Amino acid sequence: MTTTATTTATDTATDTATTTATDTATASEEETTPDERPIGFGRLLRKEDPRLIRGMGQFVDDVSLPGMLHLAILRSPVAHARIVSIDKSAAEAHPNVVAVITGEDLAAQGLAWMPTLSNDVQAVLATDKVRFQHQEVAFVVATDRYSARDALELIEVDYDWIDPVVDVRSALDQDSPVIRDDLENKADNHIFDWETGDEAATNEVFERADVVVSEEIVYPRVHPAPMGTCGCGANVERVSGQVTLWCTTQAPHAHRTVYALVAGLPEHKIRVIAPDIGGGFGNKVPIYPGYVCAIVASLVIGKPVKWMEDRTENLVSTGFARDYVMKADIAATKDGRILAIRTNVLADHGAFNGVAAPVKYPAGFFGVFTGSYDLEAAHAKMTAVYTNKAPGGVAYACSFRITEAVYLVERIVDCLAYELDMDPAELRLKNFIKPEQFPYETKTGWVYDSGNYEPAMRKAMDMAGYAELRREQVERRARGELMGIGVAFFTEAVGAGPRKDMDILGLGMADGCELRVHPTGKAIVRLSVKTQGQGHETTFAQIVSEEIGIPPEDIEVIHGDTDNTPFGLGTYGSRSTPVSGAAAAMVTRKVRDKAQIIASGMLEVSVADLEWTKGAFSVKGDPSKSVTIQEIAMKAHGAGDLPDGIEGGLEAQICYNPENLTYPFGAYICVVDVDPGTAVVKVRRFIAVDDCGTQINPMIVEGQVHGGLADGVGMALMEIIGFDEDGNCTSSSLMDYLIPTALETPDWETGHTVTPSPHHPIGAKGIGESATVGSPPAIVNAIVDALKPFGVRHADMPLTPSRVWETMQGNHTPPI
Amino acid sequence: MQVNMTVNGAEVNEEIEPRHLLVHFIRDQLGLTGTHWGCDTSNCGTCVVLIDGEPVKSCTQLAAMAGGHEVTTVEGLEVDGVLDPIQEGFMQCHGLQCGFCTPGMMLTARALLNSNPNPTEEVIREAISGQICRCTGYSTIVRSIQWAADHETNVSLRSAS
Repeated sequence: MTTTATTTATDTATDTATTTATDTATASEEETTPDERPIGFGRLLRKEDPRLIRGMGQFVDDVSLPGMLHLAILRSPVAHARIVSIDKSAAEAHPNVVAVITGEDLAAQGLAWMPTLSNDVQAVLATDKVRFQHQEVAFVVATDRYSARDALELIEVDYDWIDPVVDVRSALDQDSPVIRDDLENKADNHIFDWETGDEAATNEVFERADVVVSEEIVYPRVHPAPMGTCGCGANVERVSGQVTLWCTTQAPHAHRTVYALVAGLPEHKIRVIAPDIGGGFGNKVPIYPGYVCAIVASLVIGKPVKWMEDRTENLVSTGFARDYVMKADIAATKDGRILAIRTNVLADHGAFNGVAAPVKYPAGFFGVFTGSYDLEAAHAKMTAVYTNKAPGGVAYACSFRITEAVYLVERIVDCLAYELDMDPAELRLKNFIKPEQFPYETKTGWVYDSGNYEPAMRKAMDMAGYAELRREQVERRARGELMGIGVAFFTEAVGAGPRKDMDILGLGMADGCELRVHPTGKAIVRLSVKTQGQGHETTFAQIVSEEIGIPPEDIEVIHGDTDNTPFGLGTYGSRSTPVSGAAAAMVTRKVRDKAQIIASGMLEVSVADLEWTKGAFSVKGDPSKSVTIQEIAMKAHGAGDLPDGIEGGLEAQICYNPENLTYPFGAYICVVDVDPGTAVVKVRRFIAVDDCGTQINPMIVEGQVHGGLADGVGMALMEIIGFDEDGNCTSSSLMDYLIPTALETPDWETGHTVTPSPHHPIGAKGIGESATVGSPPAIVNAIVDALKPFGVRHADMPLTPSRVWETMQGNHTPPI
Repeated sequence: MQVNMTVNGAEVNEEIEPRHLLVHFIRDQLGLTGTHWGCDTSNCGTCVVLIDGEPVKSCTQLAAMAGGHEVTTVEGLEVDGVLDPIQEGFMQCHGLQCGFCTPGMMLTARALLNSNPNPTEEVIREAISGQICRCTGYSTIVRSIQWAADHETNVSLRSAS
């Protein structure tokens, strides 16, 4: 680490302390007048909203082309079986059916298999056998969506049953059926082993520790379940070979390149358009068989083809999240100094390894399981296995497995607090990494860029009235009531990532950005990332606005169209602001630098004699001599000479390669009441103090936090993708996969501190997933706290009334 | 079969298959794509439209059942270029992110305010509890509806439907 970097970080820490001390208002106290329109950062109503509130958004299913056909997919009714035969003749005879395609048909074109984002392969349509219930087996193309689905029922498939592997714990048993017999010499269900940290050093610390607490902590399989399901419209023009794909993708550029590599399509003939997207949460990162089927269908038939999942298809076949069984140990002194954490994880990756994570990180960023604490040692081991379940794993706002890591550390720290009979907030405060330790390298090698944890924790405790809550809890317990207070503190690692370390399928995780300032001073900025509701059209206009002084309403943001935006890896893992946001700031600075040279010509002074105030250059010491950015833009495109060596026009393009990840953090406190008679959990209050560095638009930041908190309520209380012993998915509709409504969620209480990232051009960190990462442990910790009178130290999600009741009776069992 | 109904104030006469769901009729046949489809089981409510002023999940009604009735979709909320206060409230209070559930939420909110101009937070939460939003965590939707209640105008199509 260079001296400069250290100095910067120290400065930041100092700034932070000041900022935090003064900038501690809660969101509700920061209401600005609705008509206020900042130039640059601040609360600004969204540019996306006028079309969306009129029902004039364009989502993929809204795309309709003349002659468009409809595609529906036949899926396996069983989890594991050999395909004996498929009879499609009756379906082909349906009057409205144009084509029926099976895996065998695709195999003839070499398209029956496709690579996953983890360099495994996945069947587009099953050829040899099916490996999870609802796997894709065949598809029908018909003139309308009803007929396509009618025809699915006319396809007859004969299956030869094979025992499925459902229990992850038995996947590596010697007598376990081999799921992936398509892979050469594959004799078991093992995918990979992975480890991080220093095992010997960690074990040494455990041996001398006063206190060791161990727990098996399960993070069950859950699903992002965005309101808009996945789908696409494909149009292959027969003569030109041009492929246009309207697709629910969070990563249009990465998808385009993968189609080029997989299907051998020339990349310049592929255009991926991601229009409005009905939520993503990581569910819309992978390439799904349906997309490939639609492209193939359009190619074969010569007409546009649309495929849209129904809700069941979305829940049972697309990217799930989590599914980790984690054995955790924590070592501490008897007065509560945390020394080390170690864990051994069994990861269920389903039938194909479809994890969307950087290549060198098969376990994502799980390595940050050391959390927000200054440890002496840490070690993690992981084994990933195949089971007869849908593929996926990295989704649902997980920041590449940080959800699992944060849940692990925040749960095991609470187990330690239980054993030491210490207050969980005090235990955390005692062990935080100190502000002067940043940049801080963890025992697993992650370099946290900046942080100031104690003020965030103190602020959350103040907002909650923590001491008063504890007093209330004592009184209620005396009356036999079950009130719980849960604390969690998280550090995230977002903004993947430096291209020297991070790529997906060989594509470096950098992002491009292009800015053009038109002659009249209006601008257009083109992004490689793609909003699914995060408000990029607003916040990216604000970033450009902050840097160059053009009002946000005069800046058009173009995204989600590979023909019209620069290359980049897309929106997931909270990377848009850390990477693409930095690109937007840097490209604007590049344009501003050119504007400064032009201004020097206009004002007839040297470049060094100019100073910038937002929107104009003026002569130092003589502010009356100035030119606005709009005047400079006209000059750049207008008549007359420009300074020597300066081309006309006012535009630039860059590709930003982040120096490091950004490390947002937050302190969460949850208050629950558990009904002693019914075991129903009511989340009474939730206090969230987030620090994502510089905030571009506080309204949007608050919205991102709110959404993640609701996710946390879902995962903690009700969401699970379950399976029966035959591998049937028992959560295949929203009747069974429960998602919180307005009745299960409280009115969120949010606040923030501001600790800028020292390496990000505007000091911003990601915020999109913080609350999804941080809230589940806060809620579970609160419920476990409520159940303390029953001697409960741990309980696994989802804490449904029946599972809480069993826990109260001493019969808690893991959900998987 | 033939179906006749009023959609956003206009008479509609269309030939349909008897099995067509109202949501598909509205989207595919009338081209009003502001009404969305989100599940198969009446759980998510993204397909909510008003029938004679009452919120109805249009994925759970046959188009034929709407015959003879007045249907209001999100496209009918704005009248003569003037936004419904509900629409304005959702913009002002960040009541939407991806915007997918928003049309259904706004129509339910409109029906609520027509019957109860000053609902409490509890009443608002109950009213929208048949609908799912995956982005906002609901607080800002509640605020949006409260904003609309505070800025209600008399341009009520609104109470008419």
